[in-house]
Amino acid sequence: MNLKSEKINGCNVLFIKEERIDAHNSGELKEAILHLIEHGEINIIVQLEQVRFIDSSGLGALLSGFKNAAAKSGKLAIANMQQQVLSMFELTRLDRVFEIYADLNEAFDSRL
Amino acid sequence: MCNSLIQVEVIIPTQTKYLDLIGSIGERIAKELDKFSGDREALAYHLNLVLTEATVNAIKHGTQTNPNDTVRITIHIRENELNIKVYDHGQGFDLESVPLPDFEHPQEGGMGIFFIRTLMDSVTYTRQGDCNVLEIIKYLS
Repeated sequence: MNLKSEKINGCNVLFIKEERIDAHNSGELKEAILHLIEHGEINIIVQLEQVRFIDSSGLGALLSGFKNAAAKSGKLAIANMQQQVLSMFELTRLDRVFEIYADLNEAFDSRL
Repeated sequence: MCNSLIQVEVIIPTQTKYLDLIGSIGERIAKELDKFSGDREALAYHLNLVLTEATVNAIKHGTQTNPNDTVRITIHIRENELNIKVYDHGQGFDLESVPLPDFEHPQEGGMGIFFIRTLMDSVTYTRQGDCNVLEIIKYLS
């Protein structure tokens, strides 16, 4: 999976550089988030601007990250979701679990 | 497209790298359905998702020991109905026993069948000869 992590305003922003998250690459996403958390990066924003498709395993990978961050008193939030991807969070009611931001600025503002 | 029957059949190895191909076929088909009067973009996403989830399901439930195992997917478009069948060669599972996701205490797994059931109109899983068949129907009008 093509992704890039960058420290911005004290948060670790994980940019997903893929159009599609499915069972073929969601395992890598899960591992990448776990790797960050294990290295003390417990405040993570996953930036999904380029992602136009996510399946159940992709949602599962993000949920795994959310739970692991929360277990260490951290947070995993999501930013820049496309409408169709957001609708999958709504269908599974995961929009009530994650903090979801329109963009990174909104995410940073809310953490001040 | 008129009222003519269109049939698509794809056979893939049991490898997740082909999910994009299968999902893309569903998405492309949704954009060609002249009869469909609903939200075409949403239908395209839903067919992509349902085909992806159904194929993952078949790969997971397929024979784990045979490297030459395949998943067969057929898509039939009739005047008012889209019919998807996904065939696996595994032991099968009891579709009716798959529970709804626990929305209050969400878990990582178990959302795939929920998506298929929620977004489509009919879902069955039956044994046919040496295969299991997940049959999914979406009414188009």
